[in-house]
Amino acid sequence: MSASTAGPNPDNQIPKAPAEVGVSGSVTDLTPYLPPVDSEYDLEMTDLKGPEEAPAPVEVIFDCSDVEVHYGEHRAIRDVSLSFGLREVTALIGPSGCGKSTFLRCLNRMNDLIPGAKVGGHVIYHGQDLYADEIDPVQVRKRIGMVFQKPNPFPKSIYDNVAFGPRVVGMEGDMDEIVERALVRGALWDEVKDRLTENAFGMSGGQQQRLCIARALATDPDVLLMDEPCSALDPISTGRIEDLMAELKERISIVIVTHNMQQAARVSDKTAFFTVEMAEDEKRRTGVVVEYDATDTIFTNPSDKRTEDYVTGKFG
Amino acid sequence: MNAVSTTSAERVRADLVRARSARSARESLIKGLLFLAALLSVATTTAIVVTLLQQTISFFGEVSPLAYFAGTKWTPLLSGDQQSFGVLPLLWGTFYLTGIGLLVAVPCGLLAAIYLAEFAKPKVRKTVKPILELLAGMPTIIFGYFALTFVTPVILRDVFGIPVSEFNGLAAGLVLGLLVTPTIASVAEDAMRSVPQSLREGAYGLGAGRLQVALRVVFPAALSGIVAALILGASRAIGETVIILIAGGQSPSMSLNPTGSFQSMASFIAATARGDIPQGTLKYETIFVVGFTLFCVTLLLNAVSTRVVSRYRQVYE
Repeated sequence: MSASTAGPNPDNQIPKAPAEVGVSGSVTDLTPYLPPVDSEYDLEMTDLKGPEEAPAPVEVIFDCSDVEVHYGEHRAIRDVSLSFGLREVTALIGPSGCGKSTFLRCLNRMNDLIPGAKVGGHVIYHGQDLYADEIDPVQVRKRIGMVFQKPNPFPKSIYDNVAFGPRVVGMEGDMDEIVERALVRGALWDEVKDRLTENAFGMSGGQQQRLCIARALATDPDVLLMDEPCSALDPISTGRIEDLMAELKERISIVIVTHNMQQAARVSDKTAFFTVEMAEDEKRRTGVVVEYDATDTIFTNPSDKRTEDYVTGKFG
Repeated sequence: MNAVSTTSAERVRADLVRARSARSARESLIKGLLFLAALLSVATTTAIVVTLLQQTISFFGEVSPLAYFAGTKWTPLLSGDQQSFGVLPLLWGTFYLTGIGLLVAVPCGLLAAIYLAEFAKPKVRKTVKPILELLAGMPTIIFGYFALTFVTPVILRDVFGIPVSEFNGLAAGLVLGLLVTPTIASVAEDAMRSVPQSLREGAYGLGAGRLQVALRVVFPAALSGIVAALILGASRAIGETVIILIAGGQSPSMSLNPTGSFQSMASFIAATARGDIPQGTLKYETIFVVGFTLFCVTLLLNAVSTRVVSRYRQVYE
């Protein structure tokens, strides 16, 4: 049995998202802070309507096939084939060590930074293979932002943290405006607007994490990768970040790794369940995708026994 | 309560009490030894300061502090009218040569540190770092003769055609820089390597290139350690004796022209202390006065560095 075909999605068509889950009420009007709608991304995406004959309800932004990652001799994940839809939240769940984060880091070539890491298969983003020879990983990361497990603000002022991305990529425009817009989108502006010059290390953990989100948003990425963004936060901060994700989803796609199944159920449209496969001949553990479907289906009516055991808490 | 449990309670109690008293005896012994070790270093420092102070006070009984601190002529070993106790030439020699050295060592050391911490492959780093540390620990007399017999005649005179005298400040200063470069590189590299990987990842994730990550994130994040490296390098240069003694000459000077001879505080002490000056004389006391001045300069530098480092210190969890 091949795990990659176990899911209901062999042709990489994206299953229809469930109806909008009730998102916490009042959403501030972000219109003045958002990038213009006809940005360059939209122009490029007109070519990417997905397979003509397929009843694709959602545009594909990421199309990954047979992705595998080796760390030296060790194969960390294999045969991961997943597609992510535009302006959707996709959750990656599964037990520790199943390669969710490893896979996530393939999506913006962060694995390049780990000595000995090798990525195989195809990661197609807007029709372009991110691992093609001519691709510059630095350009990839400008468009595909990332938020990490532990808040990692730079030891600089709040302002300089947010301005870092725009500065290094040479973004044009008024930096004050760019910073303000990012902080508003990161739901942090009201709390920090009077202390932008203070060191970011003086903020609470939850604020730091929202700062990191705002920092990632400052360069106007169209995808945000989140690697267990709430695992170091208390429930109130977690709730705020979940609300924030619901707002961000209006404009960008989000892929989130989480250990918290309630969180996956709350925030995501689709969920992919990963598990660990122990090879018989070797003692190594390799991560594979068991099932990928609409979040509702994964949590209420999974088609694989392993998924059911995991989401009902019998395993992991 | 029955008999069995009473017995076992007593046994447990006896056990606990015995263990405690045995351990506390051992612990107080170790504590005492550690205290003695700490006391030894404090006592040594105190003894040094007291000795220096005694001679210094006696010296200032005969020479006015103004003549010492503001005088521009340092000829303590001459007699009669020729004798003068102005320390400024020695201070100038010390700082001027240190300055020449740092002009070489700061850029070289920091660039080497950035390369090793952020760009070098692990294999290269593993080879180069121990070599650097070895270089930092090399006896300075080797550097001194290198300056005198190679830098002055070959590099300065033959290659660059600079008309330097045999003993000159330029060669001494440049080699002083070579001496402290590995120290600066090694300590600054440690500081940059201790910047958490998560900061680098955060910067890479925002589309920063390698050089941007190194210069805009890692370098500022390691600033306190880098400042410490620079100050450590500077105090090593200030206290350095042998290189200047051998290659820099022995005539104090306040000249800006580095091709002539210079003398630093440390090299004056070394040159004078090995001479045959009788104890208890004013000439003899100059050794201690200059020593005390050097001590104060170094102390000041350390105090400044402690403040700077704690001010810019960034604690990473």
